[in-house]
Amino acid sequence: MEIYLPIADLPVNVFLVFAMGLAVGFISGMFGIGGGFLMTPLLIFLGVSPAVCVATVASHIAASSFSGALLYWRRRAIDLALALMLLAGGLIGTVTGVWLFTLLRAIGQLDLVIALSYVILLSSVGATMIFESIRAVIRLQQGERIDARRPGSHTWLHGLPIKVRFKQSRLYVSVIPIWIIGGTIGFLGAIMGIGGGFILVPSLIYLVRVPTNVVIGTSMVLTLVTMASATVLHAATNHLVDAVLALILMVGGVIGAQFGAQAGQRMRSERLRLLLGLLVFAVGLRFAVNLFLPPSEIYSFRLLEGQG
Amino acid sequence: MRRALFIGAMLLLLANPSAAGAAERLVVSLSTQRVLINSVFSGAELVLFGAIERDASAPARRFGYDIAAIISGPTQSLLTLRKQRVVGIWVNVESRTFVDVPSYLAIYANRPFDQIAKPEVLRRLHIGFDNTILRQRIGPDTADVVRGDAFRQAFLRLKVDRRLYLESPKAVTLLAPTLFRASVPLPADASVGSYSVDVMLFADGALITRTTSAFAILKVGFERFVVTAAREYGLFYGIVTVMMALATGWFASIVFRRD
Repeated sequence: MEIYLPIADLPVNVFLVFAMGLAVGFISGMFGIGGGFLMTPLLIFLGVSPAVCVATVASHIAASSFSGALLYWRRRAIDLALALMLLAGGLIGTVTGVWLFTLLRAIGQLDLVIALSYVILLSSVGATMIFESIRAVIRLQQGERIDARRPGSHTWLHGLPIKVRFKQSRLYVSVIPIWIIGGTIGFLGAIMGIGGGFILVPSLIYLVRVPTNVVIGTSMVLTLVTMASATVLHAATNHLVDAVLALILMVGGVIGAQFGAQAGQRMRSERLRLLLGLLVFAVGLRFAVNLFLPPSEIYSFRLLEGQG
Repeated sequence: MRRALFIGAMLLLLANPSAAGAAERLVVSLSTQRVLINSVFSGAELVLFGAIERDASAPARRFGYDIAAIISGPTQSLLTLRKQRVVGIWVNVESRTFVDVPSYLAIYANRPFDQIAKPEVLRRLHIGFDNTILRQRIGPDTADVVRGDAFRQAFLRLKVDRRLYLESPKAVTLLAPTLFRASVPLPADASVGSYSVDVMLFADGALITRTTSAFAILKVGFERFVVTAAREYGLFYGIVTVMMALATGWFASIVFRRD
């Protein structure tokens, strides 16, 4: 069944878009990520213009992360204080990111920077996660007991000033690394049009040592707030949010997210990290192929702004 | 022989210019004047019908009539980019801006353009992609460039690939010596706006008369409502979209509640 999208200006198959929402929603619920890094390239592949994609995906991520966040809220697996601290840094990062976004667009190299950051970020984060989780899986099979939390092992990050106690996470750490992480996520989100959950979750686990059970819910709260504000900003400034496309994606997304979250809870965390690592790495690789292989058509065109 | 006839016709035109318009008349009609985009729109096909009306003074046309039609959509400006390999990766290195070019362009005829009229006539009437004016921004000015220009060719190729530009010397069918039809396919992503239809009648290599018509692609109903809301009340539209997202998320968490 084809439906014409009013803002994206093209017809799409409802079931195909719904299935995409479902699939990305499942992944987002499972790993506690927004899924923007998957959904945006998928929509571009369908023929939706990148600007409409970035703006519309934001609302889809907001819906998915809200339904996920509610699930974790009921399980009391959200550290609100930590989420607020991350958000404080995130706002500064977003403002900086939007500024750089505008600057790069003026120079005309935004596409390249986006593609390069996808390649570098996704492949390095993906590779790190794969190696780390394989090591964990091997150690587990050798019968070693590993304690992800390792309460005694403080890194230099824990020696920084302005310490705050986060009760829910049973942490007493400096807010500086949390602000920096939040700021980095906000910055990358504005540049790359992604929620950043796939970087946030491992950063919180490995750098700040937030317990795994709290990390996903907390990350979802951050994603929810940033993506909801991104939707409003995009709608108010660029008028590029396609509500019809968003609704189809959303309905698929939230249903997928519920099943994903349940599947995620049943899986061992190191297996989960390995899977996510492989997925992130694969998407990074896909972007790399685009950059390095000779394109079939070296010319492309796009509509200049201010025109329907 | 043809040449002599052509010169003869030209002389006739020069001698009596008013007769040129009077002898034959073109009557054209489109199957619809308004192409409506609703939620099930997936492209459309228009049919252009036409008849050649001859009055008593019309001379006998030994080689019959030829028809050419140019259908062009609302103008747009497009940035065309060219990729090149720089340190191993493919980067957009060069760009050109095509200013106020038609978003949609169909150039039709009933037989190969060069058999209908001489190159200079075709050029003057913009018949054929080679004769279409595609202005590029060059410094502070805009101008069309040579036909072989790589950017111009790439631009045409990209438009043709998307079925937004068509050039067909066989698209006009003469049903009878004075009756013709042509179908105009509009892809789903054809721009909204008004389209002009310019139909030209040729005989013996010369333009006898021409007539114009128009149609519009419009968004209606729900599609129109969404676009108006998004354009005019952006902030409110954004807030409503977020509310919709939250409601969807909340609803799902209720429906799937297990505990």
